[in-house]
Amino acid sequence: MSDKPEDKKPEPAKTAPVPAAAPAAAAPAAPKPAAPKYVPPEPVLNRKNGRLIEDRFTTWPTQVFINRWSRSGYQAGAAMLTGILLGLAVTGGVVGELAKWADKFYALLTAVAAAKGLPVLAVEIAWVAIKVLIVLHIVLINGLWSIWWERKISAHIQSRVGPTYAGSPSGWNFHGWAQTAIDGIKLLLKEDVTPAAADKWVHALAPGLVVAPCIIAFAPVLFGDNMAAASLDIGTLYIFAFAGISVIGIVMAGWASGNKYSLLGGLRGAAQIVSYELPRGFSVVPVLMFAGSLDLQVISNAQAGYWHGIPRWFVFYPVVGQLAFVIFLIASVAETNRTPFDIPEAESELVSGFHTEYSGMKWSIFFLAEYAYVLLGSFLLATFFLGGGASPINSVPFTLVPSWMWMLAKAMLMMFVFLWIRWTLPRFRVDQLMDFTWKFLLPWSFVNIAIAGLYLAFWLK
Amino acid sequence: MMSAYAVVYAFVIVAVAFAAVTLGAAKVLRASVPYARKESTYECGIPATGSTEVKLNIRFHVFALLFVLFDVEVLYVYPWAVTARELGPIALIEMGIFIAILLLGLAFAWRKGALSWE
Repeated sequence: MSDKPEDKKPEPAKTAPVPAAAPAAAAPAAPKPAAPKYVPPEPVLNRKNGRLIEDRFTTWPTQVFINRWSRSGYQAGAAMLTGILLGLAVTGGVVGELAKWADKFYALLTAVAAAKGLPVLAVEIAWVAIKVLIVLHIVLINGLWSIWWERKISAHIQSRVGPTYAGSPSGWNFHGWAQTAIDGIKLLLKEDVTPAAADKWVHALAPGLVVAPCIIAFAPVLFGDNMAAASLDIGTLYIFAFAGISVIGIVMAGWASGNKYSLLGGLRGAAQIVSYELPRGFSVVPVLMFAGSLDLQVISNAQAGYWHGIPRWFVFYPVVGQLAFVIFLIASVAETNRTPFDIPEAESELVSGFHTEYSGMKWSIFFLAEYAYVLLGSFLLATFFLGGGASPINSVPFTLVPSWMWMLAKAMLMMFVFLWIRWTLPRFRVDQLMDFTWKFLLPWSFVNIAIAGLYLAFWLK
Repeated sequence: MMSAYAVVYAFVIVAVAFAAVTLGAAKVLRASVPYARKESTYECGIPATGSTEVKLNIRFHVFALLFVLFDVEVLYVYPWAVTARELGPIALIEMGIFIAILLLGLAFAWRKGALSWE
């Protein structure tokens, strides 16, 4: 109420001189004999440590493609990439299977505890804590990595530059590698504005309820052969069950914000996630039928071996494999509310949907959960359809690569597909979105189960 | 080694603790300068009108109901899928009948217009 007069005051003062000034400015300009020659302003140059930072915006994007390999940046990038690949190869060769090392470390831990006279339970608790913390850190580092990667990929797809400068102040700022870490610190220290209309408790609880199930769902995820924190015999069902809980957090966030955009975003998010969960669940059924288990390790083992050089991965089973793979991929993208399916946060209509009224750490928690779900989807795709830790080529240098590296490579390939889809396709309309899952994906996933049944009846006895 | 489910309990504890610690740490570290205008609801920059307790489209509820119906079927299909090889062709035919009934239900919902977002 008190600020209303302040808003109105400047308006009349501003509008009054404008009509008077306009003819006055136009009159002296007309009789002038020659217009002054246009002098372009001096370019503002970025300097760091006295050196000029190469102004790539003057050449981008027309000239940057001319003889790109003569540019020092490309040479350095190529050298860096080669170094990373060689480093990975050496790491794989030296480290080998991580599960083996984990067993050795467990034995060492027990021996040390026995020597010190500690109870067995203490060792077990320490061991469980180590496993859980490793998985938690995989989720957190994935946040740093995939957000940076997404920004670089989006930039290259859309002819932009992406993060460039964030890094070491003394020079090593390779493609702005530190961008996400710095953003994270900023978000941690940023003010968190809770709107007065919000339900304070539910508003604060919602991000926690989105991120916690997501971390819990990582328990049986396979990171390589015999490399899951918990080897659950119901792994698949467990992951779907826990990942499904996050919907409640999204609805809570939408409802508690006290904002119509948020409410609509939350409800749309619920309708969408819930609808795409069905084809996602049904598309895995053929995989379960072929593997005969819900345990991710058994599913991965069922894809071992080769047919005439083609790996026996489920994605290579004619018709049924590809159909299941595509349905699962689409449904996974939709579950994470990413762009072709970003109806819940559609910027052009809903500001940013269910997290419109979120800022600071609560907002970043939503994004941590989103990227964790992308990682979860990538690992699930790699496990269900791409043979888990199996090598794609049945010959010596490839079969020697440890399973965790194949797993990681496949998961990263799938994550790239996620990012690629996001930055290439435009958004669906809400009715198209719902039609697509209920009238297309769901019936086809049922048909796919029937095809898998034919496989079991005739070919895979 | 401990049961795999002990790890699950540890995951539940760590995940909840992670959310609590992150949000708590941010609460301690961040600045907080609230005033009425900052705390107002965002609605395109003009003062918000009306309440958010509005009537919602019935579609959301219809889809929620359909989801519950079909998601329960996922739970029926999974145990069969796991044992499909051992159970053999009779169970396969039975599951075919079950899924045919499900598809009939989907067709019914489709025909009745429950699947169209209008």
